[in-house]
Amino acid sequence: MNLTKLKSNPIVWILMVAVLMAVVLSFLSPFFMTVGNMTNLSKQVSIVAILAAGQAVVIISGGIDLSVGSVLAFSAVIIGTLIKMDVDPTLALVAGLVAGTFAGWINGMVITRAKIPPFIATLGMLGIARGMALVITGGVSHPVLSPLFLFIGNSKFLGLPIPLYFVLVTFLVVGIMMHKTVFGRHVYAIGGNERVARLQGIPVDRQKVKIYALSGFLAAVAAVVMTGRLAATPPSVAQAIELQAIAAVIIGGVSFVGGRGLVITALIGALIMAMITNGLNILGISSFYQQVLIGVVIIVAVWLDNLKSSNR
Amino acid sequence: MAKPDPLVEMRHISRNFGGLQALSNANLEVYPGEVLGLLGHNGAGKSTLIKILAGAETASEGAIFINGHEAHINGPNDARAYGIETIYQELALCGNLDAPANLYMGREISNWGFLNKKAMKEETAKALSRLNIRIKSLDTEVETMSGGQRQAISIGRAVHFNAKILIMDEPTAALGMEESKMVMDLTVELKKQGIGIIWISHDIHEVYNFTDRITILHGGENVVTAPTKDFTEDEIVSMIISGRPVERAANEEA
Repeated sequence: MNLTKLKSNPIVWILMVAVLMAVVLSFLSPFFMTVGNMTNLSKQVSIVAILAAGQAVVIISGGIDLSVGSVLAFSAVIIGTLIKMDVDPTLALVAGLVAGTFAGWINGMVITRAKIPPFIATLGMLGIARGMALVITGGVSHPVLSPLFLFIGNSKFLGLPIPLYFVLVTFLVVGIMMHKTVFGRHVYAIGGNERVARLQGIPVDRQKVKIYALSGFLAAVAAVVMTGRLAATPPSVAQAIELQAIAAVIIGGVSFVGGRGLVITALIGALIMAMITNGLNILGISSFYQQVLIGVVIIVAVWLDNLKSSNR
Repeated sequence: MAKPDPLVEMRHISRNFGGLQALSNANLEVYPGEVLGLLGHNGAGKSTLIKILAGAETASEGAIFINGHEAHINGPNDARAYGIETIYQELALCGNLDAPANLYMGREISNWGFLNKKAMKEETAKALSRLNIRIKSLDTEVETMSGGQRQAISIGRAVHFNAKILIMDEPTAALGMEESKMVMDLTVELKKQGIGIIWISHDIHEVYNFTDRITILHGGENVVTAPTKDFTEDEIVSMIISGRPVERAANEEA
């Protein structure tokens, strides 16, 4: 790969920003580059990162999924409730994954069959899934003390926290799906020009249902990690987390219009956001400023992206 | 003269959208190795008729025969299975993808769902060179290419998948003169291979010089179908506008 190609590679830019931030933060605080803090950071980033992988696929297809936070809570509540009913934890975990996938499937069906725009359809699901989570539990959080979930939330493997493996496997699998399979090619085509994709015989509706089901499934995977970390399933968990997932995707440089971008950059985007939060915490700067800074970073990221594409 | 059998016959096609009758009892036939000009002003039913042939719409009534056998076209993939391919005016490519991805869009070469990118790239290179289409790099997004190059890729795509019938919906409307000529040269080449071409255009001069026969539609009905050179350009224009066949020509045919 030559230099010009390297320069135009979207991963290179965003990775440089992330590394630069890490370097600056490690100079500003001796606590940043410690094993303890890095473990903490990777745990913090895991939930948003898993959601961002699904969100990236949706956004590349030209859509949006606002419901992931609520679907996460819904899946978590299914897991918590089943465990409270003495169902086998593994079975409860599978049921949670099925529940999340089902919610995503509904999103896809509403979008393709009822022709409701993704923003509206998933906004609806945001209310429905959260409401269902509250209805099922009556607003009560169930403790989850099964060894399986405690292991997922708190154990390490080869020195790395388990949630990090969830993140890595998620991005590996989604990355392969997007770049090596027919499905991924179709996602890019649909995001590039949906009408053309349809005219060329791509089963656009079927692929869209799969895309939203995938996003729902990953929300459920995030719910599994979240349940492990919290050792409980509060129905009000992960509110507004969808906005963080969307922000991670955007900071990563995925085009909001669709058709362009790499899923892996969403992971780096999520890392950058986590580093901002984590770094400012270590430096003792008020969390109010963190929100301001993340807001600025989102806008600047898109602005830089615009500059880059107008240079083409 | 013993005419060869038509490649396509669309018989008594009607289509209504709610109360609007877009087509009533329209007919169209295309023979191998000819360019049929399909004419009519906006709303005459041209687009609807070819969309029905291409599988993007379905007819309310009527039948389509391909090589003499009735064909049931319920979607773009059905049409393709019959060898019907469409070239659209607005350049039906995904700008964010490269040439091989566009050529194989919807028909990717794959094993167990995994793309065979190498095979697709090689086949694309072959397909394009067979038509003397030159493209700098197969890895660049087609968005960065000229309109003519992109249209050439569309045509290359159609031919590569053994099109027998090519619908060209204003294929030169978005192109400059040079590029239009390139597309027309390419079309002449296809004609020689025995492909039947339906050419839709608003450029009467182009149609007059380039097509073998014309079919004129008006208000969703056939006005006339005849060899292009039976008329003058002016007569064709007047038929498109009035929706009535020119008297003299009508007498000759009778």
